[in-house]
Amino acid sequence: MSPGAQALAERLTCPLVERTGPFDPHRIRRDFPVLDQTVRGKPLVYLDNAATTQKPRDVLDVLEVFYSAANANVHRGVHHLSQIATDSYEGARSKVRQFLNAAHDREIIFTSGTTDSINLVARTLGRKTVEAGDEILVTAMEHHSNIVPWQMLCEEKGARLRVIPMNDRGELQIDRFEPLLNERTKLASVVHVSNVLGTLNPVASIVETARERGIPVLLDGAQAVPHFKVDVQALGCDFYAFSGHKLYGPTGIGVLYGRSELLDSMPPYRGGGGMIREVSFEGTTYADPPARFEAGTPHIAGCIALGAAIDYLNRIDLQAAAEYENQLLAYATEALSGISGLRIIGTAREKVSVISFVMDDVHPHDVGTIVDECGVAVRAGHHCAQPVMRHFNIPATTRAATAFYNTHEDVDTLVRALHTVNEVFH
Amino acid sequence: MSDLRELYQQVILDHNRSPRNYRCMCDADRTSEGHNPLCGDHLSLYVKLDGSRIEDIAFQGEGCAISKASASLMTDAVKGQTLEDAQSLFGKFRDLVTSDLSTEPVVDGIGKLAVFAGVREFPVRIKCATLAWHTLEAALENSKSPVTTE
Repeated sequence: MSPGAQALAERLTCPLVERTGPFDPHRIRRDFPVLDQTVRGKPLVYLDNAATTQKPRDVLDVLEVFYSAANANVHRGVHHLSQIATDSYEGARSKVRQFLNAAHDREIIFTSGTTDSINLVARTLGRKTVEAGDEILVTAMEHHSNIVPWQMLCEEKGARLRVIPMNDRGELQIDRFEPLLNERTKLASVVHVSNVLGTLNPVASIVETARERGIPVLLDGAQAVPHFKVDVQALGCDFYAFSGHKLYGPTGIGVLYGRSELLDSMPPYRGGGGMIREVSFEGTTYADPPARFEAGTPHIAGCIALGAAIDYLNRIDLQAAAEYENQLLAYATEALSGISGLRIIGTAREKVSVISFVMDDVHPHDVGTIVDECGVAVRAGHHCAQPVMRHFNIPATTRAATAFYNTHEDVDTLVRALHTVNEVFH
Repeated sequence: MSDLRELYQQVILDHNRSPRNYRCMCDADRTSEGHNPLCGDHLSLYVKLDGSRIEDIAFQGEGCAISKASASLMTDAVKGQTLEDAQSLFGKFRDLVTSDLSTEPVVDGIGKLAVFAGVREFPVRIKCATLAWHTLEAALENSKSPVTTE
């Protein structure tokens, strides 16, 4: 084995040492180089984790080692580096399969992100099965990426998009779900955790109800997998989509899990190299999944680094991290509630550590600028969920989303920064 | 805090709280819509013309303090001006908010709009400050398509 290939192999197969002792965010923080810096002269407090998470050193190392020591294209290459790249790439697929507890590696398709994963299903299964007059079901709290691909499909086919409503806490009105199902319902595509409200939806029961009627269900897990363990077999869903960059991995890489019976029946997504069995000018036959859905050279380094992110999560104990995040959510919810003129948007009984809020007479953009001056990174805007803004009759929110590397001190800094907002404006 | 005070001057906070010329104008000669798709801000602008002079101007919409105050102060500033003068004022305003931080801000001939000099320190907010002006430009050019900052 060449030294470079050996370096990558060692990096990827380093023994998974469980961390011992109680969950310690201060120790965890040291694994994330980007957190150790000042912004505008203040220590960075990064609370924009629902937009993207920071990357642990392990992920950065794997990217560096892959490109500097083992870079080659995957599949069909007979040379040494290509074999290393292929093994690492397929190894990452196995890691994702274990992470989601899918039954088979071939049920894991690498995409460019959640958006791409959803578009894949819309353009393949959707185009194949949806006809004029059919219905596709989504919820009132979808991100635009789980609305627009279905609208485009509905427009093309003359089908109709129907919406499971939510209440003013930001919880699905689940009693309204079953009556929406009928013989024209071809697919339900439901967000697991809302990116604006933090609501954790009762997806297992949604899947059960839909599948009793033979309706396939896609779950958008972009905001779920960073917060808790997901088991696609236990959920029983047909598809599960998520993005690597929200799971402490690189941007430009995502995953679509699909149940193999469905994937086998689906036509290809994009045409090109890698997705074929045989090509002639008279016609082409297609490869089996997952290759059928992975045309062109994939984001090889990104996939391998996503595998490294999953290794990292396994090592820190995601269960302990989830418990810690829940404590932090409770602490932040109480602290923010004490700020004059602040109202939290999204008060579901089951939610993850995403807190959206509005402040009397202060637009979220102004909040964002002022807290940034205090070194605090939050998101301000409609969060690609304009129907959610319309539901609450607000133009935008400020969103603070914590990860397991955030601390109670981070929340305190945010609270002080929000007091500054009130000082500037009142 | 000093940069923040520079950005959020009392005049800006006042125009944000009580925007001037904030109403619908049913008999406008020109109307235009401005959008900032990234943040969802939008504004409707109404202009009544008397030949080549802006006889009256009004706006409505939703946005941050900077964009609202900018629209409010703009309507005050261009009311009664000729189209040419309004265009030239936009040029000066744009130069002010986008000027290099190493130079002294040029505020000659822009009156109250000088309060926006602080925007220079916050490049991501330049779009908020200029949205109303781009929308005015579209209204005066009688452009039918909505203006966006992207």
